[in-house]
Amino acid sequence: MSSANLTASSGRRINRLSDRAIKNLFIWPTLILLIVMNVFPLFYSLYLSFTDYSAIARVAPRWIDFANFVDVLNNEQLWRYFATTGRFAFLSVGLQMVLGFGLAMLVREKFAGSGIVTTLILIPMMLSSVVVGLFWKLMYNPTFGYLNFLLGLSNPATSPDWLASRVANIPVPGLALWSVVFVDVWMWSPFVMLLALSGLNAIPDYLYEAAAIDRASSWFQFRRITLPQVAPLMLIAVLFRTIEAFKSFDLVMGMTGGGPGDQTEVIAVNLYRLAFTQWDTGFSSAVAYIILIIIIAISNLYIKYLNQMRDG
Amino acid sequence: MASFEETGPRIPVVVSTRVDKIHPISRLSRTIRAIAVVVVALILLLPVVAMGITAFKSRNAVVSVPPSLIPVPNGDVLRVEANELKRDTGEISIARNFFAPTLEGFVFLLTERAQAGPARAAELRTQAQEGQLSIFDQIALDNGQEILGPSDYVARLRNSLIIAGISTIVSVVLGLFAAYAFSRFRIPGESDLLFFILSTRMLPPVVVTIPLFLMYRQLNLHDTHFGMILLYTVFNLSLSVWLLKGFIDEIPKEYEEAALVDGYSRLQAFVKVVLPQAVGGIAATTVFCLIFAWNEYAFALMLTSDTARTAPPSIATMLGRGGIEWSAIAAGSLGFLIPVVIVTFALRKYLLRGVTFGAIRK
Repeated sequence: MSSANLTASSGRRINRLSDRAIKNLFIWPTLILLIVMNVFPLFYSLYLSFTDYSAIARVAPRWIDFANFVDVLNNEQLWRYFATTGRFAFLSVGLQMVLGFGLAMLVREKFAGSGIVTTLILIPMMLSSVVVGLFWKLMYNPTFGYLNFLLGLSNPATSPDWLASRVANIPVPGLALWSVVFVDVWMWSPFVMLLALSGLNAIPDYLYEAAAIDRASSWFQFRRITLPQVAPLMLIAVLFRTIEAFKSFDLVMGMTGGGPGDQTEVIAVNLYRLAFTQWDTGFSSAVAYIILIIIIAISNLYIKYLNQMRDG
Repeated sequence: MASFEETGPRIPVVVSTRVDKIHPISRLSRTIRAIAVVVVALILLLPVVAMGITAFKSRNAVVSVPPSLIPVPNGDVLRVEANELKRDTGEISIARNFFAPTLEGFVFLLTERAQAGPARAAELRTQAQEGQLSIFDQIALDNGQEILGPSDYVARLRNSLIIAGISTIVSVVLGLFAAYAFSRFRIPGESDLLFFILSTRMLPPVVVTIPLFLMYRQLNLHDTHFGMILLYTVFNLSLSVWLLKGFIDEIPKEYEEAALVDGYSRLQAFVKVVLPQAVGGIAATTVFCLIFAWNEYAFALMLTSDTARTAPPSIATMLGRGGIEWSAIAAGSLGFLIPVVIVTFALRKYLLRGVTFGAIRK
């Protein structure tokens, strides 16, 4: 090292920012943005949830204590929408777990071109859910849709009108919800497959080899090796998908808009209506807070397991 | 006596084969499994293919019963003939499933048109004969229409590009700084902060939007590009911080320490040592942020109305207008589909990380 070089570096040392300064400089822009755009709005809506404010009325918010929350708790319709959301989440997450895991077992063993096929299977989850909703609406169309045609149910008089919950003009309650569930499953089973696959690939071969030497049946191997090894990842998938299912909005809006009647009215769609078509801002803030508490509870669990995965 | 070097195998044995894995039955089951995978993948992609087909149908072909599936030049005429044949004689021909591929859907999606009067239509037709009309004008003319200019949708696409592009750049840059700080420095309450950053992502958009809407209205940010860029930046920040922290965690600290010893400042070490190592991760994060912003619907629906409205909510409202233009919707959807398919393939190594916020890396 020449002496010139040494002088240069010590000269730099004078202007050098301390690690502490850099840490603050690097972290605060992000934190400030999050505080302004997330923390503040959430406190604001907490305040609003105790008022009778309506965003289109030119009247200042009036404090009404817990009246909104009492209303929410006594509002049977709202609880029905919560129940619809719960049913939707339960059905779609359940099916996604089964199908996603099945898919993962199928693509687990590599074959020529398996990488490409696996990637193809993953395409649905990357799509925009409102666009997915729209093109499934076309698939489901009772007269010129592709689904009935592919199922061989082309006779318009007897074929099901999926999104209207009707078969041959006879109402079949629940059909529309199942149709939405089906699309959600179509879209998100690949996600579960991806998680399950990473779990399966991480299982060391020697476990299976040892079991094979002990002449363990393949069912035994599946139950005692495969399942326990993949379980933590499946749990993460369940939590993640449950949170997402509670949020679902785009897909339902794209396909049914909550209809027919209110058969597919999930809570996020109803909240949208309360807040942005009925402009019941105070009341909808209260509903929003209840959803928030439910989701924070689930996501707390989720992140706890994620951290365990990171450390483990 | 010969030494092992002389008699031993030339190629060392490093792979062992399980006998049960090369048994004919095991091989057969593997083939069956491979075929099953391909079949399942094809079934799963049917809706996507259907959308692709629909985008190239004419308005009549979209609503034909049974749905037309096979693109054939002149297919629309053949289909109508086949349907008449079926009505008259009951004879069913494959031509009932024909359609003639056309760019009608794209023209409907991207242009504003008006009905051309008889005089104007005749004028246009002579122009067409002289070869002066573009293919799009020609398609519009075939429907008796004249193209006036680009449709609203073109402006919405431009909005999508601007908002997604800028918000992605900002959130990746800020995320990179924050991720570096989280990865390399001791930060009090680090895990709580990280949880807080991620939790913003877990809430339904509607919950966040109610107060944001009021805030934006007060600040005149409703339906502005700036407002949407700000919102998408914040939403993508959670993803970019988490993803990038994972990537930076993987770069050994020792590299920077060596650089620091060599007289680099912390900032120089960050720029010259960490950034080049993290390029792959930065690229993956960028694409994930882009896709999120490109696909986002709920915020855009509630916080924009016209000036800053992006493509997803406007594609959805196309249905609301009279005379459902399914081919236009399909064409628009195809525009969403193609980038996503490319990205999925480009990112397949990182997909798992991307969808789990960088927590699972294998």
